[in-house]
Amino acid sequence: MNALAARRRHPAAIALLLFLGLALVGATYSLFAPKPAQAAVATADKVADGKALFQANCATCHGISAEGTKSGPTLIGVGAAAVDFQVGTGRMPLSAPNVQAPRIEQVKYSQEQIEAMGAFVASLAPGPAVPDKATVEAEGDVALGGELFRVNCSMCHNFAGSGGALTRGKYAPALYGVEAKHIYEAMITGPQSMPVFDDKNIDAKGKASIISYLKTVETQPNVGGMNLGNMGPVSEGLFIWIFGLALMIGTAYWLGQKAA
Amino acid sequence: MSDPRLPATFENPGLPPHVHRAADTDPRAAKRAERQVASLFTLSILSTIGFVVSYFAVKSDTEAFIPFIGTTNLLNVLLGVFLALALLGIGFGAVHWAKTLMPDEEVVEERHPIRSDDETRAKAVGLLEAGAESAQLNRRPLLKATAGTALGLFALPLGVQLAGSLGNPTKALDELKSTIWDVKDGKPIRLVRDVERTPIKAADVSIGAVFHVLPETIKESHHVLEDKAKAAVLLMRLHPNDFAADDLGKKAKSWGYEGIVAYSKICTHVGCPVGLYEQQTHHLLCPCHQSTFDVTRDCEVIFGPAKRPLPQLKITVDAEGYLVAPQGFAEPVGPSYWERKK
Repeated sequence: MNALAARRRHPAAIALLLFLGLALVGATYSLFAPKPAQAAVATADKVADGKALFQANCATCHGISAEGTKSGPTLIGVGAAAVDFQVGTGRMPLSAPNVQAPRIEQVKYSQEQIEAMGAFVASLAPGPAVPDKATVEAEGDVALGGELFRVNCSMCHNFAGSGGALTRGKYAPALYGVEAKHIYEAMITGPQSMPVFDDKNIDAKGKASIISYLKTVETQPNVGGMNLGNMGPVSEGLFIWIFGLALMIGTAYWLGQKAA
Repeated sequence: MSDPRLPATFENPGLPPHVHRAADTDPRAAKRAERQVASLFTLSILSTIGFVVSYFAVKSDTEAFIPFIGTTNLLNVLLGVFLALALLGIGFGAVHWAKTLMPDEEVVEERHPIRSDDETRAKAVGLLEAGAESAQLNRRPLLKATAGTALGLFALPLGVQLAGSLGNPTKALDELKSTIWDVKDGKPIRLVRDVERTPIKAADVSIGAVFHVLPETIKESHHVLEDKAKAAVLLMRLHPNDFAADDLGKKAKSWGYEGIVAYSKICTHVGCPVGLYEQQTHHLLCPCHQSTFDVTRDCEVIFGPAKRPLPQLKITVDAEGYLVAPQGFAEPVGPSYWERKK
């Protein structure tokens, strides 16, 4: 403190003070400044950008004006939420034709590009919009979410969201490590084999509760020990059948062997 | 038929020469084996102490990261591991002791006949007869008869319970045929969402949507789970053009409302809930045995062990626009049983 007080009349002190003051004002401004409304009406500019991106990257399969071809469905009326889900989880662009588009960690486009493509698709016909942050991250009732999940989702996605098999090579993916926004969008758009669960079926609070339930399941400790992927009794039986039986056979062999 | 190459009799080959173990001949090996056995017992001792210490020292809600398991309850892991090591230490120590240090010379123990000699057998019969005589079993036939009847009748309560638990066969058959969708007073029953139990407007069901549905009568049910087990229904909306053009598709469409169709969720194979609806292929998959039903053709079986299509629930809308079922299922839901006609 003394050292500071002694140097308070130093010629550099005023410059330092000015700098600190400016930095403080700048930081405060960036915190409190009103953000440009991103969810606002898609500007014509954005739609044009999106159209250019779409025609360069998606039109091969979805058609030059998103009318659909033999290789891909029409995107008229699917809404910006479908684009944000499919591209934002790396499912689109599809690297190779397959029974189902897999989720890929490496997303090919930036969020701005995805929004532009979404704006273009949304400009074709009305469809589900990207839900805003407040809706997606609303505090949900975990117990209600669990009940809704078990009735509506668990038959395909498994009781703990570990995913499961469908017919002919298709599958319901695991729901671990998926952004809340993407889970919400999947419910309102019904991607691929998944049915639609729009707000008239499960309301926004129900959806937020389902997301809260999934995030709770994902983070809670495995009190019962190794969960083996939460796949249920079949995988658990297989595990003990292979490892438990091998251990017992090995022990029986050792018991019957003569000491050297 | 004897093979001329074989001798008339075989000589007893006897036991192979005994091979001594390392611990039998080498004192250093014996000492090593002793140390190994002692270490196994010591491991057991330490683990038991570890068990008791962790029982008191670790709080029951402590979480810890354990490799291969992930974040888990520390106390469970410690108690389990210590108990296993304590028991395994004793077991493995005893086995190792027996195998390395206890005598392992082969010994022949001759068998003797299991039957007792005649004198002992006669003595045993005599004892039984004397017992019966002293209990006056033959002199007092009333006691013999009442005791026998009492013991015999005591089997009745068990038998009555067993027979009673089978239930009334006629009533049981009626229960198999009926669900709480059956319209009793002529008033159509509203379809409500499972969980929230709110009625569903036809306009609420968008194409590609699936609703898990119960009858509104579930609210008055006294046996909710039993009733739900038979009454669970899956409601889907297809584009009207998605239905097959044949009779099955037409029937499915006409029993629905504007492409909204309702089917029993109980598999006709063994009664699992068929809930996996693929909205692109319109296939309904049962998760238990992979029976697959084609919704566009009145839920006809296209794969798997189910033998009958899922029963369709006829639906329409009431004056307020809510979906209602004007009649119950036309056939029994769920798996087959003997008395079922088809």
